[in-house]
Amino acid sequence: MTGPILSIKDLETHFFTRAGVVKAVNKISLDVHEGKILGLVGESGSGKSITGFSIMRLIDEPGRIVGGSISLKGEDLTKISERQMQDIRGKRISMIFQDPMMTLNPVLRIGTQMMEAITAHEKVSKKEARERARDGLAQVGIPSPEERLDAYPHELSGGMRQRVAIATAFLNRPEFIIADEPTTALDVTIQSQILAEAQKLCEQYKTAMIWITHDLSVVSGLADEIAVMYAGKIVEHGPSRQVLTDPRHPYTAGLIKSVPGEHMVGHRLYQIPGMTPSLLSLGEECAFVERCPHALDLCAKAPSITQDGSRHYRCHNPTLGLELETEPGA
Amino acid sequence: MSAAAPAPAAKKENALAAFAQRFFENRIAALALVILLIIVGLALLAPWITPQNPYDLAQVDIMDARMAPGEEAFEGYTFLLGSDGAGRDLYSAILYGLRISLAVGVFSGLIALAIGTAVGLIAAYAGGRTETVIMRIVDLQLSFPAILVALMLVAALGKGVDKIIIALVTVQWAYYARTVRGTALSERKKEYVEAARNLGLSSRRILFGHIMPNCMSPLIVVATIQTAHAIALEATLSFLGIGLPQTEPSLGILISNGFEYILSGKYWISIYPGLALLVTVFSINLVGDQLRDVLNPRLNK
Repeated sequence: MTGPILSIKDLETHFFTRAGVVKAVNKISLDVHEGKILGLVGESGSGKSITGFSIMRLIDEPGRIVGGSISLKGEDLTKISERQMQDIRGKRISMIFQDPMMTLNPVLRIGTQMMEAITAHEKVSKKEARERARDGLAQVGIPSPEERLDAYPHELSGGMRQRVAIATAFLNRPEFIIADEPTTALDVTIQSQILAEAQKLCEQYKTAMIWITHDLSVVSGLADEIAVMYAGKIVEHGPSRQVLTDPRHPYTAGLIKSVPGEHMVGHRLYQIPGMTPSLLSLGEECAFVERCPHALDLCAKAPSITQDGSRHYRCHNPTLGLELETEPGA
Repeated sequence: MSAAAPAPAAKKENALAAFAQRFFENRIAALALVILLIIVGLALLAPWITPQNPYDLAQVDIMDARMAPGEEAFEGYTFLLGSDGAGRDLYSAILYGLRISLAVGVFSGLIALAIGTAVGLIAAYAGGRTETVIMRIVDLQLSFPAILVALMLVAALGKGVDKIIIALVTVQWAYYARTVRGTALSERKKEYVEAARNLGLSSRRILFGHIMPNCMSPLIVVATIQTAHAIALEATLSFLGIGLPQTEPSLGILISNGFEYILSGKYWISIYPGLALLVTVFSINLVGDQLRDVLNPRLNK
């Protein structure tokens, strides 16, 4: 096997606010391989989207990447110039966003926006760009793509727009795609179609992908590997099946238990007690300690990484499987 | 989205027809557009449809001065709207005057639009110190009364159409800049801009290709109102006697020429050019309002 397409090492992205430094991404490391999908899971504010934007190097003030490296096939993206980065965005790495209502320019035709993605990186004729845009639309299952090219975004449904966004992301055959919760704004039946579409294209073009979501049920069928993020750190990382059926970190176990399932009919859904800690006031202790049913005295000191075969986690007192001894609220 | 895909040419026509249909839904705006077109048409055709060239002193006879509407000239034609104190046929003079007023208004409007839009967009996109400096200049510009700045500039530069246009552009670009910057600031925060950055588009392309089109509807309204303002302002300057030369009267000069006669019953010398000015400015404003409603794609459904 060749090396990873994208390799993140000890990435740190901080926001320098008036109230203090927010360590939104706190030394995370990830590898994504050709044709593989990595599910990046976490609650709102866990730093998963910021990780995505850090890879794109589109962190707005007052945020900054302060440490670590992001290498795309060995080239460190944190070291290259903004001009070079611009050539990579949309060409070698592209991004799919959460809300397709907002990410298409309302006053430009679909075709214009897609063709622009091509002509920004390649010198091709308008005719050829248009043909490629049309083929792209056809590929994601949009009927009569030729006509859709002349449509404005408001003339399409939400699912249709997300297909356009996916088609646009794949237009330049990128090596790597970041999907930032692209199915969250869609209803469930459309969700599964979009997932299937993205998965198909990923396999077809051997694209590596990070799929950011807060919904474990979305990544369970999609991702090859899962990384769970909590308070700016990756707390558990491993092959999907292992992580989902036999989690080590109590946070992962909590997330899995809070997914509604048929065997739970009539029972209250499990909730992880408490709230995500403020990233401003992170101390020495494990960030999850306040909410953790397994907390020990040891947890006053943040755990380091425990390697366990193909997986690793950060916990002093890992769970073994899905059993949680303590009842919620107990 | 009906039936099979029509040929591209037919599609364009359809879009145009749909646009026209929506525009004409408002009867008053439709009427205003027709009147405006008639005014522009009359102004363009002036040399061929007027009995007299009011700029040609050889054709203007002092003996014909202050003729009432309907009276006959020495040369044999009828003064439809009477004549002014120098013997100019008012009908001819108004049409020639409209040419100048419209040209001045449209040109200064377009130039101010181009400058103001570019400056406003750059301010909004650059942010920081660049934005502060630009917007303080805009504030400074807008804190002076327009008429005062225009008066001083024309006094300094001298008479002439080009100088009037420079003065009007100087007065008006700031309005465009402020409008565009306000709209662009809110557009810049929208996700489609983030998405465009993620596609690797250059800042220039995002600014002028993506943000600018989204700022157009307020701009169109400002542009039409400012064009109407420019026409009125030019008339004011000319009325005060510092705009255009007396020998090539614009509407403002015609109005001021009749001013001294208005109390002696010779109302037509001021009233008719005044009416022409009023109708022109008013219909431009009505058309502008309707354009705003029609051009906004978010209101299409």
